[in-house]
Amino acid sequence: MNEALEILFTASFWVAAIRIASPLIFATMGELICERAGVLNLGIEGIMVAGAFSGWFTVYMGGDLWTGVFVAALTGAMFGLLHGFLTVPLGLSQHVTGIGITLLASSLTYFTYRILLPEVSSPPKIEPFQPFAVPVLSDIPVLGPALFNQTPLTYLAYFTVAAVAFVFYRTPVGVAVRAVGENPSAVEAQGISVTAVRIGAVMVGSALMAIGGAFLTMSAFNSFFFEMINGRGWIAIALVVFGSWRPGKALIGAILFAAFDAYQVRLQQITGGVIPYQIFLMMPFVLSIVALVVVARRATYPKALMIPYQKGER
Amino acid sequence: MDANNGPEAETVLRLTGITKRFGPLVANDAISLTLKRGEVIALLGENGAGKTTLMNILFGHYTADEGDIEVFGRTLPPGDPHAALAAGIGMVHQHFTLADQMTVLENIVLGTRPLWSFNLGKSAAREKIRRLAADYGLEVDPDRMITELSVGERQRVEILKALYREARILILDEPTAVLTPMETEALFATLAKLVAAGLSVIFISHKLGEVQSVSDRVVVLRGGKLAGERRTSEATRRELAELMVGGQLPVNEIGPASPGDCLFELKGVSTRSMGGAALKQISMQLRGGEITGLAGISGNGQAALAALISGTLEAIEGDILVHGEKVERWSPGAALERGLGRIPEDRHATGMIGDMSVAENVISEAYRSPRFSRFGFLDWKAAAAFANDIIKAYDVKCPSPEARVRLLSGGNMQKLILGRALDGDPDIILASQPTRGLDVGAVAYVHARLIEARDRGAAVLLISEDLDEIQTLSDRILVIHRGQLSKPSLRGELSVMELGELMAGHGHDEGASHAA
Repeated sequence: MNEALEILFTASFWVAAIRIASPLIFATMGELICERAGVLNLGIEGIMVAGAFSGWFTVYMGGDLWTGVFVAALTGAMFGLLHGFLTVPLGLSQHVTGIGITLLASSLTYFTYRILLPEVSSPPKIEPFQPFAVPVLSDIPVLGPALFNQTPLTYLAYFTVAAVAFVFYRTPVGVAVRAVGENPSAVEAQGISVTAVRIGAVMVGSALMAIGGAFLTMSAFNSFFFEMINGRGWIAIALVVFGSWRPGKALIGAILFAAFDAYQVRLQQITGGVIPYQIFLMMPFVLSIVALVVVARRATYPKALMIPYQKGER
Repeated sequence: MDANNGPEAETVLRLTGITKRFGPLVANDAISLTLKRGEVIALLGENGAGKTTLMNILFGHYTADEGDIEVFGRTLPPGDPHAALAAGIGMVHQHFTLADQMTVLENIVLGTRPLWSFNLGKSAAREKIRRLAADYGLEVDPDRMITELSVGERQRVEILKALYREARILILDEPTAVLTPMETEALFATLAKLVAAGLSVIFISHKLGEVQSVSDRVVVLRGGKLAGERRTSEATRRELAELMVGGQLPVNEIGPASPGDCLFELKGVSTRSMGGAALKQISMQLRGGEITGLAGISGNGQAALAALISGTLEAIEGDILVHGEKVERWSPGAALERGLGRIPEDRHATGMIGDMSVAENVISEAYRSPRFSRFGFLDWKAAAAFANDIIKAYDVKCPSPEARVRLLSGGNMQKLILGRALDGDPDIILASQPTRGLDVGAVAYVHARLIEARDRGAAVLLISEDLDEIQTLSDRILVIHRGQLSKPSLRGELSVMELGELMAGHGHDEGASHAA
C-alpha cells in the first residue's frame, strides 16, 4: 500500500497529471465561456477532433507550430460561428445542434484526413512542442518540474484560466458575457446586442476547445489518430458543472481528474494484473460522477442557459 | 410637482404620428405627444391599449411603421436602444431587466463603458451610485447580489441604472404593480426629487388613484389611439376612467351581507413554507353568504394558505373543518369533492395548461366524473358542450372549444377559469389574485361573479394584494403578516393606512391569530 501512496510524491506522476490536464483545461474554459453566455456547446467533442487535425496538418504541411495552433483556433471558431448562428439568431435547440456539430466536425475531419492523406498506413509524425523548463521555478522539488517543465501550450493553458477569470470579473466585456447568460434582456436594455455577445462568446469558447484538441497532436503526441479525443470533450462539460461555472474551480477539477487518470495507470502497474485493468480505467470517471453529485448539486447555473433570446419577445 | 413646467418650459420629447402595426392589429395609431422639462405625464390605458408598445418604440425595442421621435430637438434613429440611451432616455421595465447572480454594481455599469477596455472602474462607479442613491432616496448596497434584494430594492436598482447613465427622461412601466403601499410612497418621493432636479417622467399605469397623485398631465390611450389628454388638476377620476374604457365604467353594486353558517374552518393550523412565510397556528372561519378578504404583502403566507385550502399543502398541526365536520385527509381531490371552487393565483402556471385545448382545460378538474367519461373513455361531446356553455355564459372570446388556451387573452383565460370553478355552484370559493393583470372591464366582470356567488350563499375567500379590491369586495377583512392573521375587521372599519400598518406587521400581537 505504501507503494501506492509513494506515487503521489514522485515528480513524474505530477508531470503526467499536468500534461493530461492541459487539453482538458482548454476545453473546459471553452465550454465554460459558452455556457456562461447561455449557450450549451455539445459540439465540443467534434470541435476538438477538428482542432487536433487542423493544427497537426498545418505543421505536417510545413507550417510553424504556432501557426498550427492559430489554424486550430480558427477552425474551432468557424464551427463556433456555425453553432452560434444556429442557436442564437435562429434559436434552434442547443442540444440537437451541438450533437450535430460534433458529428459534422468529427466526420468531416476523418473524411478530410482520408482525402488529403490517402496513401498512409501508419500515422505520419511531426516535430511537436518540446518541454521548456522555466528557470528557477522548475527547480522547486516535485511541483517545480510538474508545473514548470512543460510544453509552451501548457503554459498557455495556465494563462487562459487567468485571462478568463480576469475578463469575466474585471472587464466590461466579461460582465456583458455573464449578464447575457443570466438575463439577456438586461443586456439588451443597456444597449448591447445579445446576438453579438453570445456568438462572440461561442466562437472564442470553440477556439479554445480546438486548441485543447490540438494539444494532443502537437504537444502530447506527434501524430493524428482517429478517436484520439476519446470523450475528453464530454468530460469538459462535466468539469464545467463540477466547477460551478467558475474558472478557478473548473481548473482544480481538471487537474483532479487528470491526476486520477495518471494515478490509475501507475496503480495498474504496481498491482500487477490482480485487478482487471478496466476497473482502473473506470476510476476517474466514477470519481468524477461522485464529485459531481457531491459538489454540483448546490451549484447556481447561469439562469438563461439553453434559453434562446428573441428580441422584442417577453 | 407643478414648479417648473409652465408653458415656457423646454420641450424635451416630442412624438409625432407614431403608428405601429403587428399584422392586422394596429397597436399604435398616429399617436402624438410632448413632454416638457420637469414634468410628469401619466400614460393611462387598459391592457392592450398600446402603452407598452409606444414606450418600446421610444426606447428602440420596436421600430415604428410611421412617425418621428424627437429628443431634445434631435430626431432619434428608430429601432436603436443604444441611441435612445445615449439621448438620455431611461426605461424601468415592468419585468425587471436585471441579471440575478451579479452584483448591483455590475448590473449598473453593464454597457456604460467601452466593451474592450481593461477596467470596470468599480471604485468610481461605486462612488457615483452612492451619491445618486443618497440624492434621490434610492438606498441600496452596490456590492450586494440582485438575488438578495427585495422587489422594491430591485426597482431602485433599475432607476439607478437609468440615472447612472445621466438619463433626463425616465419611463416607468407599471412601476407600482409589485410594490407595497409604503414602497409606493417612497417611489413617489423619489420621483418628486427627480422632477425637482429637472428630469421628466413618463409614468405608465392603469390605476387612476396613482395617476392622480403623481402626474401633472394625463395622456389616455384606448385601442391604440389617443383617447384624450387632460391636466391632472382639471380632470375628475370619473372622466379619466371613462376616457380609458370608452364609455360608462361598469360599477358593481354590493349589498349588505347576510352571513350564514360557517362552511369552512381552520383551527390552529400550521404548515411548512411555500416560497414565503409558513402558516403559524392560524384559525379562520369562512361563512356562507360572505366574502372574506385576505390582505397582505406578497410572501407573507398567502401562497401557503391557498395551497392548504386547495389541498396541495399539508397541515402539520391543527384541524380543517368543512360544514362543521372535521376532515381527516384533505387533498386536492377531497377539496373538489367537498365543493371547493378554486381560482388559482397564477393562471398560466397552475390554472390552465396553455398548450391544451379549451375543452381539455375545462374538464381537467372533473374528467373522471361520469359526466365526462364512460368506462374510462372520455366523452368529448360532453366536454365540448360544457366548454361551449362556459364560453357562452361567461362571454369568453375564443374561436372554438378546440382552440389552444395559450391563444386567449388574460381576461378570457380568467373567465374560463371562473366558469370552471363556479360550475355546479360550489359553496366554498377560493379566489387567489383573481383580477391580477386584467383590464377594468374584466375586473368588474370577475367581481360581479364573486358577488353573485356570495349572494347565493357561498363562502368566498378573496386573497389579493390589491387593497382597493379587498376594500371594495370584502364583508370582512383579515390581514396576513409572517404567516399570522390579524383580528378581522368589518367593511369600512379600517382606513387604507390602518390596513397598511397591519400589513407591515404593526398591531399583530402574539395570539391575535386566534381571533378570527
